[in-house]
Amino acid sequence: MKLVMAFIKPFKLDEVREALTPLGVQGLTVTEVKGFGRQKGQTEIYRGAEYQVSFLPKIKIEVVVPSELVDAVVEAIAKTARTEKIGDGKIFVLDVERALRIRTGETDLAAL
Amino acid sequence: MRMPARVLAATAAALLAAAPAMAQDQGPSIDTGDTAWMLTSTALVLLMTIPGLALFYAGMVRKKNVLATMMQSFAVCCLVTVVWMVAGYSLAFGEGGPWVGDLSKFFLSGLAENWDKPFVLGSGDAAVTFTIPESVFLTFQMTFAIITPALITGAFADRMKFSALILFNILWSLLVYAPIAHWVWHPNGWIFGLGALDFAGGTVVHINAGVAGLIAAIVLGKRVGYGQENMAPFNLALAVIGASLLWVGWFGFNAGSAAGAGARAGMAMLVTQIAAAVAALAWMFAEWATKGKPSVLGAISGAIAGLVAITPASGFVLPLPALIIGAVAGLAGFWGATALKKMCGYDDSLDAFGVHGICGIVGSLLVGIFAYGPLSGTPSAPEGISGSFDQFLLQLYATVAVFVFTSIGTFILLKVTDVIVGLRVAEEEEREGLDVTQHGERLA
Repeated sequence: MKLVMAFIKPFKLDEVREALTPLGVQGLTVTEVKGFGRQKGQTEIYRGAEYQVSFLPKIKIEVVVPSELVDAVVEAIAKTARTEKIGDGKIFVLDVERALRIRTGETDLAAL
Repeated sequence: MRMPARVLAATAAALLAAAPAMAQDQGPSIDTGDTAWMLTSTALVLLMTIPGLALFYAGMVRKKNVLATMMQSFAVCCLVTVVWMVAGYSLAFGEGGPWVGDLSKFFLSGLAENWDKPFVLGSGDAAVTFTIPESVFLTFQMTFAIITPALITGAFADRMKFSALILFNILWSLLVYAPIAHWVWHPNGWIFGLGALDFAGGTVVHINAGVAGLIAAIVLGKRVGYGQENMAPFNLALAVIGASLLWVGWFGFNAGSAAGAGARAGMAMLVTQIAAAVAALAWMFAEWATKGKPSVLGAISGAIAGLVAITPASGFVLPLPALIIGAVAGLAGFWGATALKKMCGYDDSLDAFGVHGICGIVGSLLVGIFAYGPLSGTPSAPEGISGSFDQFLLQLYATVAVFVFTSIGTFILLKVTDVIVGLRVAEEEEREGLDVTQHGERLA
């Protein structure tokens, strides 16, 4: 099992979800986050006062999938979230040791 | 409200004195149409402070100070209502002399005897007789006395102690606002006698509040982190709603200052709308050209700048000059809130001086050039007061007088407040925010 953690532009969320469902992804978790990367924020001006806003809003998607699905999931996210402009985000893949569905007590792959 | 009925009034007053028994049949009476408009105007002007100004200012501060900022406008509304009833009204509109009223209307004394008679302001040849009862006149004026100190709070937003606000507000209302209102709007007042024009409060309200704000910003000092930390507005949507309510309420402020539901009120309303719109566009385009984007905050600030500048001129000018006054105000406000503030280095947080002070001066001076006589004409003097170089100089004189008096008065009262309760919150309280430290509450 692998955890795919993707940071994407907020307006790409629906497209990404639609791309993942046909692959057999059963569920995912979404969080509104802020951060910076190479884009290094933006400038806002209020009555002449300029502020560097160093943390920009992004969406974090967390989805745990069977190992054999990882490549397809990563590719699907990367393809749909890409605008080829700075600030498109990043994807990380981590190992997952165990999983458990609380309601039924099913474990690991059965719990996904 | 100022001057048109002067001669009529003198005649009426003489009649009243000579034949009291006949007065009720022959003297002026309360006009229900005028009174209806003034009741409406009074509600509109109150709407400018709560919730208009409260929202406008609250939308521009940081999240930790939103409630405290709204509370400043709300508390000023309540405080000035009581202060005005007790002594403020008497000091502003009591007979007195050229400098200040007196205590003859202390606790609104005398109101009960004449509660259903047309209100007469002043006495003798100079008296002005209205077609509305005194209760309406004094409540209308009360809403002006409320918004003026509420405007100042924009200058020291984010850092003044609430206790200091209360004390300063009471002192300032009685010792700075009331005398200036008397100078300009009471027939005995020296600026009134001079013939300087201020239809709805360019000097009394906007220059007064703007300059007081400038002094307060200097005396209190800059906010912690000013120039280094991000002080971006919490929620400009609130500010847009607030500015829009101010705009609508301003019809009561300016058209209501005609003291009746007549042609002059209509003209005041028209020029108010024009000046506000043009100034919003002027600020917006100036910002677009120089900073790259036409900001929402710029557009609404411009509208306020135009409303401020047309205030002394409404009731004296025609639509074309209103267009010019609005355009100049939009550019002047933009300059005041950006370049001037940066150049001088004070932290007038929400630009009480940059917008109200600067544009109040613009309007106060330009009315001296653009006044169209017939609007202020009376049956005995139909030519009214027209713009001229002499009138411009009079306007300049009145502007400087108010500027100087307010500066000195505000400075002294701030120092007195500082000695008694302390003006500014501690640095750690300022960092935590006024909502929690002053009021024990927090925005969700």
